[in-house]
Amino acid sequence: MSSKIGVVGDRESVLAFKMLGFDVYFASEAKETRRTIDKLAEENYGVVYLTEQLAELIPDTISRYDAKLTPAIILIPNHAGSRGIGKKRVQENVEKAVGQNIL
Amino acid sequence: MAKLNVNPTRMELSNLKDRLSLASRGHKLLKDKQDELMRRFITLIRQNNELRIEVEEKLSKAMQSFAMAKSLVHENFIEELMAVPSQSVNLNIDQKNIMSVRVPQMHFQYGETADDPKDLSYGYLNSNGELDLTFQYLIEVMPDMLELAEIEKTCQLMADEIEKTRRRVNALEFMTIPQLEETIYFIQMKLDEAERASITRLMKVKDMG
Repeated sequence: MSSKIGVVGDRESVLAFKMLGFDVYFASEAKETRRTIDKLAEENYGVVYLTEQLAELIPDTISRYDAKLTPAIILIPNHAGSRGIGKKRVQENVEKAVGQNIL
Repeated sequence: MAKLNVNPTRMELSNLKDRLSLASRGHKLLKDKQDELMRRFITLIRQNNELRIEVEEKLSKAMQSFAMAKSLVHENFIEELMAVPSQSVNLNIDQKNIMSVRVPQMHFQYGETADDPKDLSYGYLNSNGELDLTFQYLIEVMPDMLELAEIEKTCQLMADEIEKTRRRVNALEFMTIPQLEETIYFIQMKLDEAERASITRLMKVKDMG
């Protein structure tokens, strides 16, 4: 099964990914982001990279896709740097599975 | 621990014994599943954590340099440069089964340029040195990014499954099995008592005669 790779984020940060052959979508507010993510999920995208700034706005949508096999929504920092949300999600996984943070 | 609300009969006793043996077997199996999942999860999550830190660091660097490059040239020119991507990535997703957790296994195929960043073709006109740097960073980080996607998704799915399994194991270990054991004990005592009562009654009846 062939899938696509998408990047969602603000213009300044994600435009460069176009050069790598990823499909780039711009969004700047919650509703727009949610709509884009839902659309990508329907269109057989396997991996969606989402900037942390936008991820912060739509936690519900992200947790909805967490339980599904595809798409994998992976948080990336934007040009202003990382906000630690991606790392926090890893730690949450650990806590959920192990019961305490062992990292 | 509360015992179940059942009639103390032989029939019920045999039913409960069957349930207890089933519950113990299920508990053992689930416990094994949980242990194995946990073992794999821990190695994966450590890898995930390291990879994420690395990717985040490299990506921020790349994006900062891109922001810098972009500020030096007009936006339209940048978009024009990007209009035809000189590289393509193909992604195939298979399903893998780790202890009955379905996880994605991603196979990536890069275009020819992946090994050599100098091959990325875009015009000299309207581009600048920062842009070259940006692409160099991005190409460096791309394989890691793709690997991160696979590992992080796997970890997410496994964490969910481990939580579910743990709840099941605990429910069996601390609720179902003790309840069943206590009820079986109760019924056995009740039945023994009834037997003794009936013997005594028979003896009394015999004495009257």
